[in-house]
Amino acid sequence: MDGFKAILFGAGIACMSFAIQAQETHDFKGLGKPLGHEQLSGWNIDVFPDGTGLPEGSGTVAHGEKVYKTQCMSCHGVNLEGGLGSALIGGKGSLATEKPVKTIGSYWPYATTVFDYIRRAMPFQSPQSLSNEDVYSVTAYLLAKNEIVPGDTTLDAKSLAAVKMPNRDNFYVDNRPDTKNTRCMAECLKK
Amino acid sequence: MNENEESTIAAQSHTSLQLKQNHAGARASRRHFLLHSSAVVTAAVAAGASKDGYAATDTTAATAQADNLPPNIPKWTRSLGSPTASPYGKPSDFEKKAIRNLYPGLKEPMSAYSTSPLQELDGAITPNGLFYERHHAGVPQIDPAEHRLMLHGLVERPLVFTVDELRQFPCVSPTYFLECSGNPSFVPPYGKTAAEVAGLVSCAQWTGVPLKTLLEHAGLKKEAKWIVAEGADGAAMTRSIPIEKCLDDVLVAYSQNGERLRPEQGYPIRLFVPGYEGNMSIKWLRRLHVVDEPGYTREETGKYTDLMADGRARKFSFVMECKSIITQPSGTHKLTRKGTHEIRGIAWSGHGKITAVDVSTDGGNTWKPATLQAPVMDKALTAFRFLFDWNGEEHIIMSRAIDETGYVQPTLAQLIEARGKMSFYHNNAIQPWKIAASGEVTNGRV
Repeated sequence: MDGFKAILFGAGIACMSFAIQAQETHDFKGLGKPLGHEQLSGWNIDVFPDGTGLPEGSGTVAHGEKVYKTQCMSCHGVNLEGGLGSALIGGKGSLATEKPVKTIGSYWPYATTVFDYIRRAMPFQSPQSLSNEDVYSVTAYLLAKNEIVPGDTTLDAKSLAAVKMPNRDNFYVDNRPDTKNTRCMAECLKK
Repeated sequence: MNENEESTIAAQSHTSLQLKQNHAGARASRRHFLLHSSAVVTAAVAAGASKDGYAATDTTAATAQADNLPPNIPKWTRSLGSPTASPYGKPSDFEKKAIRNLYPGLKEPMSAYSTSPLQELDGAITPNGLFYERHHAGVPQIDPAEHRLMLHGLVERPLVFTVDELRQFPCVSPTYFLECSGNPSFVPPYGKTAAEVAGLVSCAQWTGVPLKTLLEHAGLKKEAKWIVAEGADGAAMTRSIPIEKCLDDVLVAYSQNGERLRPEQGYPIRLFVPGYEGNMSIKWLRRLHVVDEPGYTREETGKYTDLMADGRARKFSFVMECKSIITQPSGTHKLTRKGTHEIRGIAWSGHGKITAVDVSTDGGNTWKPATLQAPVMDKALTAFRFLFDWNGEEHIIMSRAIDETGYVQPTLAQLIEARGKMSFYHNNAIQPWKIAASGEVTNGRV
């Protein structure tokens, strides 16, 4: 009897160790190839508020106006007032009213986001077709029209990251739940 | 003529036509016998129900449109249908209303959204072809062989995956709802139908690899706090997602309701962020950038931030809070008789499971619990139902959902009191429908 138990015990240990071994042999090592710098540089266009990711080069308000007229104006309007695309100017002082106008100038907290968004998603019909110089320039033009930078500004990685947007400090982290409905079942409209 | 009719004709050989005619001949004599015998029965009884419980002949069946109604044998019973194995099954041609519509008032279809026809759907799973859409630069048609997913930044081993490689990781198949953050806005015009009111929500079973698996595979660094996810469409949409969420239940999904994602839903792969606003579930996913600070991309600053009455705004308002809507009966429906009707709808919460749905048929004064369809799943649509005895008078009906955190779905007035009218996103208000004495149902919000 003892001998039989020992055999069972031994078999149990063998099973357990097999199970452990089987778990350890899970192997997904071959999945995914090492990502190279060259591959990544073609796709990684993320720009962060501290300027990380902004490319070399620069752009002027004057050149930006030319880029705007050829690439942006048909959707965003002669005076940036918007059309098929959103308005890119105005709304100052409107955010706390019944008719808030949220634009780059009145609402957007970071100038780096303007660059990032134009570079990745504009012009609407042919995104990612502008040169970095064009993107810096049209960003400078939009910020100048919104009176956030002077009209003779040249923007590059350093100066763009240094721009402080007027509405930057007016965002706070989600603090919901902000309603306290109760599960009233009867005569609820009288309460 | 549709594709099915065309192929039916093409498939009919002379022999099969002959067979059909023979068949029809046999049926005709049987029909004659049935007609004759039913006439005898009808003559034998007075108007109304006979002794055996059957009704007298319905005289309306004598009109031309009633050729397929009893006692006539329908044409589809006397003929062959469409051939087997149409490559991809489609809804009946008679279901004209179960379609997606561009959201009212949109000016162009490239950066736009369409709604699921909630008022035409039953249960809690949205058919893939009716899943709501929100695109920012149209729907790209991506060859999976030419698509890659990059995982880089704060990881030990930056990697680039093919779609085939992603499918080789252990997968999961949970069911989750997806809801657009602005579903709907807080201000008029209020929608006419359930789709126009809240059709930017849908639900499916998603199959994919947990993002946690990929992050561990690449060796996540301790400094990692956020992941910026990017799509491969013309908007190159980017959103920052907190690392805690990424390590919890986020998926890199490749299938929806059992089949590969539709192009509108991110084919060949999308991120799926359960319970969070739909915009974060980046479609056509091509890059995951692990970072220590959020990107503050356009979609989490200029858009998808919630403007409060004081002019300040909430950021990172990710969770879609507990909500429900009655879809049956709802706007443009009509009750055709007094008596008992089943009120049906859907409820969901980005915080977890629905624990109860209450229904009011008197404008919110009295509430009674509805029946929930089991199983109730985490962050999934939950179907509910409630029997309502309609007396033919005007009623305002509405539903109110409660989730496992104890949160009770608010009224629009409560939301406006907390946020003002212009926060646009995250409107999860109780939705009233008005049943008029005529039976016609319209939006109860005026």
